[in-house]
Amino acid sequence: MKLVVVSAGLSVPSSTRLLGDRLANATAERTSADVQVVELRDLAVEIAHNFTNGFPGPALGAALEAVASADGLIVVTPVFSASYSGLFKSFFDVLDPEALAGKPVLVAATGGSARHSLVLEHALRPLFAYLRAVVVPTGVYAASEDWGAEGLVERIDRAAGELAGLMNGLAAGRSGSVPVSVPTQGGVELVRGGGFEVVPFEQQLAALRPE
Amino acid sequence: MQFGIFSVGDVTPDPTTGRAPSEHERIKAMVAIAQKAEEVGLDVFATGEHHNPPFVPSSPTTMLGWIAARTEKLILSTSTTLITTNDPVKIAEDFAMLQHLADGRVDLMMGRGNTGPVYPWFGKDIRQGINLAVENYALLYRLWREEVVDWEGKFRTPLQSFTSTPRPLDGVPPFVWHGSIRSPEIAEQAAYYGDGFFHNNIFWPADHTKRMVELYRSRYAHYGHGTAEQAIVGLGGQIFMRRNSQDAVREFRPYFDNAPVYGHGPSLEDFTQQTPLTVGSPEQVIEKTLGFREYAGDYQRQLFLVDHAGLPLKSVLEQIDMLGEEVVPVLREEFAKRRPAGVPDAPTHASRVAAAAVADADKEVTSS
Repeated sequence: MKLVVVSAGLSVPSSTRLLGDRLANATAERTSADVQVVELRDLAVEIAHNFTNGFPGPALGAALEAVASADGLIVVTPVFSASYSGLFKSFFDVLDPEALAGKPVLVAATGGSARHSLVLEHALRPLFAYLRAVVVPTGVYAASEDWGAEGLVERIDRAAGELAGLMNGLAAGRSGSVPVSVPTQGGVELVRGGGFEVVPFEQQLAALRPE
Repeated sequence: MQFGIFSVGDVTPDPTTGRAPSEHERIKAMVAIAQKAEEVGLDVFATGEHHNPPFVPSSPTTMLGWIAARTEKLILSTSTTLITTNDPVKIAEDFAMLQHLADGRVDLMMGRGNTGPVYPWFGKDIRQGINLAVENYALLYRLWREEVVDWEGKFRTPLQSFTSTPRPLDGVPPFVWHGSIRSPEIAEQAAYYGDGFFHNNIFWPADHTKRMVELYRSRYAHYGHGTAEQAIVGLGGQIFMRRNSQDAVREFRPYFDNAPVYGHGPSLEDFTQQTPLTVGSPEQVIEKTLGFREYAGDYQRQLFLVDHAGLPLKSVLEQIDMLGEEVVPVLREEFAKRRPAGVPDAPTHASRVAAAAVADADKEVTSS
């Protein structure tokens, strides 16, 4: 199993990355998942180039592939101007919009004070709902003061437990004798070639014939 | 193998002077480029079709008709003809007319365009883009092959007892390529009909082109038109050459940095590494172009983009001179050496007329 952390922290060291690592460790303890961290700071230029030329550079391409193939995802952003950071949103803007469909995701954010904690509910959760991810009920927000206060560890454990539960459950479902399914679209069996799946042309044409 | 030029027809200010050509100048430049292509021995000139500034070629058959009258050998083509928003009946008529005037030196490439608002401007729904390409081409295909057509579809008014005129020259429709950057449905469509598949192969990493061509080739074989190796593939490419590669890089950099589509993005160095763009000496262009067959297989048509991003006409014509004198003769020889027997040439009007005659003769033998 693979767990991927997407961290949009900018400073080094970063409390956003710290929160991501804590969440990843807590989740890894409850699953057999290998953890991979994607630091968006390192990909900032390639992300900008993806907007100007329409395709990802090598490092960004590898990060997008890691996210798409992950069994579970932890996403962590600093709060900038009352929302996720632009870099964080930009990464998910260049990701294939189908890549997260059905994937368990834990949302987390960091900020200077607790006043922005609802960013998880008004910004992150709707974004991942749009991408048809399965967002775990507990999101984790860490203000600066939380690093010296009670409660953060418990929230991390609860959120990690929820994510691990989903990942383990999905893995168990897959390991059963589930038949290999032929990909379909609108009831039509797709054909493969060059890594694509496509509706056979006769069916594409037939769907347009007047009744 | 055929070599040629394809033009988008953009009016872009020259970033080194700030001056943009007028539409009139740009249109005249495009036809000068086509005439130069013939003069230096290239095989094909293809024009884009656009219906919004900063592009000038809204009326491809008008332009290609003008070029046809002033050339002898050049094949006139498009890159692309909008099969989505044009009426397929008008495409059938316009290109059959051009085919007669050009004595068969015509083929065309179907595409879906790059500008969303063209759909509503022509009364169409962009969400139906693929379906429009499928239905419109199915009608065009019949209009060129059946004398009298009764037809009913989703997107166009029905036809009863319609005959598209003029009929294709010698009863043989122009060869059709289907161009698509990233829609596997179009590769599948090209394969189904046994038509050509063209990947513009510019601005994108080679791996992407490779996968689209792979899909087309495997489906071409599936539909029984020949082996995967015999499928008809065309590729684009983008070049800027000077005898000395450093001069090419120095001269092209401001055009690259300010180019529409990819400008203000990655560096020239990154882009030449990641995409088929070559900026350098003729030898470098030869080497990179020969490399295309490593991921696309042995293919039939290579078109180069040489005239965009505000490059002055003089530099563009110099590019075409170098292509004709130094690059294409070598490429013809080297590609021919590498090509296995059984890989066909690009179809021409003459070869299609000959193939039709053979097919007719077979039919007579079977029926007698």
